[in-house]
Amino acid sequence: MEALATIARIAAEAGADPAAEKATAAAATAGYAYGLATLGPGIALGMIFGKAIESMARQPESAGMVRTTMFLGAAFTEALALIGFVAFILLKFA
Amino acid sequence: MTTNTSSSVLAMRDTGPSPEAQISRDIVKRGVMVAPLFVAVSWLAWGTNGAVSSAYGLLLVLCNFMLAAGIIALAARVSYAVMLGSMLFGYLVRLAIVAFAIFVVRDAAWVDLIALGMTVVVSHIGLLFWEMRYVSASLAFPGVRPVPLTTKEHQ
Repeated sequence: MEALATIARIAAEAGADPAAEKATAAAATAGYAYGLATLGPGIALGMIFGKAIESMARQPESAGMVRTTMFLGAAFTEALALIGFVAFILLKFA
Repeated sequence: MTTNTSSSVLAMRDTGPSPEAQISRDIVKRGVMVAPLFVAVSWLAWGTNGAVSSAYGLLLVLCNFMLAAGIIALAARVSYAVMLGSMLFGYLVRLAIVAFAIFVVRDAAWVDLIALGMTVVVSHIGLLFWEMRYVSASLAFPGVRPVPLTTKEHQ
């Protein structure tokens, strides 16, 4: 709540200029955006690796196939975190 | 009656060839192939700074893939438990490395942040889709181009 109040205060201090107000609000909320963007991939990666190891423990003969799909799935999941990070960089510094 | 298999799972390991290394080699090979295209498009859109930033972003993505594959391949030879831990911790470390690599250069004169960010996202997803096309065609042997069926085989 305190953080939201700070954001609102900064936005109010930005004055009547809508562009400046928008830029200030975007920069202030960029960190929250990146934090939220990493939550999902973090949970998903835990599930991917956990299930992959469970599968390999059950059927060691299929470990190669499981690891292949695990690596691709993990890389796709990481893309979400990368998108969040790029959005953070662009909101904050661009 | 249930059997406690947690200790055996923790001790299991894979000493065979690493499919991740093969996948990352394929991705790097294709990344090098499309690098001129990324640089050219960025040069057209953002000029020289965009082209250099695009090359830097592509380098980051390829290094990220190589590092991820290397971590899995090495950890799988120790045990699956180490692989799980190192991949989850490695995710944090690799994100931190990418973040650090971008933060270090963000104020440099040759950096165009939009070109850099777009290249990181587009090349990461694009190369993965490209690789997935081959993996889905031949799951057991990623990177092998599928051989088209002959007319006789069709019949």
